Amino acid sequence: MTAAALPALLPERFEAWFAGRGWAARQHQLDMVQAGLDEAHALLIAPTGGGKTLAGFLPSLIELSQRPKPNTPRGVHTLYISPLKALAVDVERNLMTPIAQMGLNISAESRTGDTGEARKVRQRIKPPDILLTTPEQLALFCAWEGARLYFEDLRCIIIDEIHSLWPQKRGDLLALDIARLQQFAPRMRRVGLSATVDDPDMIRRWLSPAGGESADPAEAVRLVRGPPGPLPQVEVLISEGRVPWAGHTAQHAMADVYEVIKRHKTSLIFVNTRFQAEFAFQELWKLNDDNLPIALHHGSLAAEQRRKVESAMAKGDLRAVVCTSTLDLGIDWGDVDLVIQLAAPKGASRMVQRIGRANHRLDEPSKAIFVPANRFEVLECQAAREAIAENAFDAEPARIGALDVLAQHVMGCAVSEPFDLLALYDEVRTAGPYRDLAWEDFEQVVEFVSTGGYALRTYDRFRRIVKNADGLWTVRNAQTAQRHRMNVGAIVSPAVINIRMAGRRGTVGRKIGEVEEGYLEMLEPGDTFIFAGGVWRLQGVTSTDALVTPAPNDDPKLPSWGGSKFAISTFLAAKVRRMMSEPDTWKDLPTDVCEWLTVQQDKSMIPTPQQMLLETFPRGKRHFLVIYPFEGRLAHTTLAMLLTRRLDRLRVGPLGFVVNDYAMAIWSLKPMDDLDFDSLFDQDMLGDDLEAWLDESFMMKRAFKGCALIAGLIERRMPGAEKSGRQVTFSTDLIYDVLRRHQPDHLLLRTARVDAASGMIDVARVGQMLDRINGQILHSRLDHLSPFAVPILLEIGKERVGGDAADMILAEAAEDLIAEALS
Amino acid sequence: MNAQALRERSFATSPCGGVAMAIHGHPVVMRHSGALWLPIERMLIVADLHFEKGSAYAARGQLLPPYDTVETLSRLEAETAATTPAILVFLGDSFHDSRAEDRLAPLVAERIAALALGRTLIWAVGNHDEDGPRALPGELADELSVGTLVLRHEPQGGRQPGEIAGHLHPCARLVGRGRAVRRRCFATDGERVILPAFGAYAGGLNIRDKAYAGMFTAPPLAVALGKDRAHPLSWAMLGGD
Repeated sequence: MTAAALPALLPERFEAWFAGRGWAARQHQLDMVQAGLDEAHALLIAPTGGGKTLAGFLPSLIELSQRPKPNTPRGVHTLYISPLKALAVDVERNLMTPIAQMGLNISAESRTGDTGEARKVRQRIKPPDILLTTPEQLALFCAWEGARLYFEDLRCIIIDEIHSLWPQKRGDLLALDIARLQQFAPRMRRVGLSATVDDPDMIRRWLSPAGGESADPAEAVRLVRGPPGPLPQVEVLISEGRVPWAGHTAQHAMADVYEVIKRHKTSLIFVNTRFQAEFAFQELWKLNDDNLPIALHHGSLAAEQRRKVESAMAKGDLRAVVCTSTLDLGIDWGDVDLVIQLAAPKGASRMVQRIGRANHRLDEPSKAIFVPANRFEVLECQAAREAIAENAFDAEPARIGALDVLAQHVMGCAVSEPFDLLALYDEVRTAGPYRDLAWEDFEQVVEFVSTGGYALRTYDRFRRIVKNADGLWTVRNAQTAQRHRMNVGAIVSPAVINIRMAGRRGTVGRKIGEVEEGYLEMLEPGDTFIFAGGVWRLQGVTSTDALVTPAPNDDPKLPSWGGSKFAISTFLAAKVRRMMSEPDTWKDLPTDVCEWLTVQQDKSMIPTPQQMLLETFPRGKRHFLVIYPFEGRLAHTTLAMLLTRRLDRLRVGPLGFVVNDYAMAIWSLKPMDDLDFDSLFDQDMLGDDLEAWLDESFMMKRAFKGCALIAGLIERRMPGAEKSGRQVTFSTDLIYDVLRRHQPDHLLLRTARVDAASGMIDVARVGQMLDRINGQILHSRLDHLSPFAVPILLEIGKERVGGDAADMILAEAAEDLIAEALS
Repeated sequence: MNAQALRERSFATSPCGGVAMAIHGHPVVMRHSGALWLPIERMLIVADLHFEKGSAYAARGQLLPPYDTVETLSRLEAETAATTPAILVFLGDSFHDSRAEDRLAPLVAERIAALALGRTLIWAVGNHDEDGPRALPGELADELSVGTLVLRHEPQGGRQPGEIAGHLHPCARLVGRGRAVRRRCFATDGERVILPAFGAYAGGLNIRDKAYAGMFTAPPLAVALGKDRAHPLSWAMLGGD
């Protein structure tokens, strides 16, 4: 169907504008216009480059262009929410083009954390027709005293890149704010713009205002689909037919990668961690005889340096950028003609996003090359390639809103205007992730916001929110309100240390970037390391800065913990298991990988897709147990922690373990060949053992800190004083210990457990896996290690210890000292 | 610290998991609880309890769990039960602020008062609690001499042989096996000792911080508090924050 067939939909001015540019409105754009006319909530699913953003704005532009001149100043008509500041600013620029070319009298302005104070004040007094902003700024808006009045004319809220926002805490906060806006402006339409996903209904349910009693809340949101676009062309790069046994850096293939870069106009090189980014960047420059402009982009670099790279890219000055997930989303760069994925992609959906960064034109296929770093990764890359060809995606679980985020929102509501408890409960349940919120939980959250929610009720006189004479809840005083506004947001960034040049005589020089606290723990002063594309020598660390000097000619100490922060998706893992079990397909693999699989078949076994292979063998003075669940590093670590506890009780004397994305190995003093594996891997492992281990673990402390910051127990910022992340870290650990002993069922400990179980240790996945392998363990009893076991055993000694090792480290250090003293 | 220096400062692990050594010639035990035990005088010394720190924050709008005082007190009761001291010395900053005593829950105040049964309580005062407690039993003191030792809240600058002090909340950071451990610690060169904070919510200041500069004759030994023992750590093993 063409635009001409539906002349009524587009006003003449718009029709002419499309025609003037040699375009016709696409079907999905017209469908979105129709949804606007029908006043329907809508979710648009379309690949990158399909005019998606314009489709989202068209209904608003049409409505705004047709409305009569107002007698009184009007409020915001359309609110656009983007996960990235840069995107909001970029869309503002792009939106101004059609507005100007059609001569529309519409104002559109962005507002982000970087927007100047004067502009912010003006926006408050004289709102633009279209306001482009971020979820955090929206939360701030909602905590204004005048929020209700400011948004009463709102007709539409557009959430861009909704697929990346909804399954996280930022999304929870956004959903609550959308529900709030809907109360202020009952006619407001909710519009989501999404990349292609496995299950659009999941996002429709998230976006939908429908209550829990409706048959399927997804029905309340109209689904509009863009054209699928051509499938991307994906190749797997095998360097000279050889693939290393283990490793994560793909160093062996760098020369080929460099050649590929030379043959393309602009390449984006995605890696999974900052370390890999730094490493690949170094390696490519070693080979860069042609002096190609190759740049580096990751989250630790100073903001100005990242912006420099981005603008050079936009101008077409660069031939390649090595980057991490910081560039998964973002502004259009037009000229990228190749995406290279170094090391395994880990998930099909993320990979499609990344590939979508190449060739932002709908009618041409994007082009991508996968570079596996080891043999298992070859299988994974192959599986990802198949998934992309089948247009299949990773599935996400439904989202249940976090209670720490709700606590922040409740406080925000009280700061904005007095609220009625029941009315707010009803409002909150019109936010998708909180649709099934229990009254008891809601009550508990409000009590937490007010008094901290402690069983020992000593803080009644310090209530942050109080009931007024009308029975409404309101903030205690202006100071409490101000402090809340300074701490809005659901992004918890880890404590960071600045990397700075050391000046002469201990002075502090230019900032090169910042890194998370843990980054430098492996290094001693005097060590060299790579960062921001250079080699540096660590001179010393002060409370907030790591001081470095350039050491360009030194061999950098390599960060030894590699791997990916993303776990391989369940969907890809299943594909890898299937591929491995079909010897007919092995011939499509590189020769050495095919040989490796064949020898594994001879010497040990190859499991069916339903089975889990378990090998036991002696090595040195130790006995090894290796399993291959393919469930990702996180789930394997959790499993290993729990198994070690069990093996300890079985008195086989487990000594250590190592995991990667595909396998897990445990070694012990005594043989494990004759254990009852079905009962060892029984699902009851996730009961008391898990609880006991988790409560002691540093992951719980980290999760608790996040929850405490979001819920407002700990403040990130206080008026007049900037608290460094480091101070916060230390005190939250103390608070966690005390609270755990005195009130283990406290709201924040509950939320922290949920977070740790889902985000940090992937309990759900371990549970699914134990269920899957129940009765399906294929035991291979061996005299020595198998070909499959080689990669995982090569990782031994590269792992960082986790869990309860802290006291052990202290004791070892002390013994060294005592031994020295007595010698 | 080299082996020679260590031998001179000779210390030993005591059966209770503490570290025994002589400070300015006077025998002491650094207990893994963070309390200092003087066996000859049967004196137990604790520093920087910061009672009611939680409620001090709550009054300003940060509703920290109100369990810190009970937690600190329970640890202290466990220590007095284990050592049955004749004298219990609070080495200053026992209360987080001047009004903290009034915020004590009645039951908690009774438990603190009960510590005085059958023994002497001495409250050395600190910068957070200059006036000392008003209603609770015990004697007030600015400083206190015990044999060759002098006990006071805030360590004095320069060499102070025999000084036992608190105030700085020393902690040590050790990097081992690719991960860092940060613990409260005693800091001592055999001539003086600075006690770790005993309070549940008291933060720590790394002993490599410049606040400690000039206090020790040689790089000090850190006695870090572990789960069930105290761990002596040499200066060279420790990192800054």
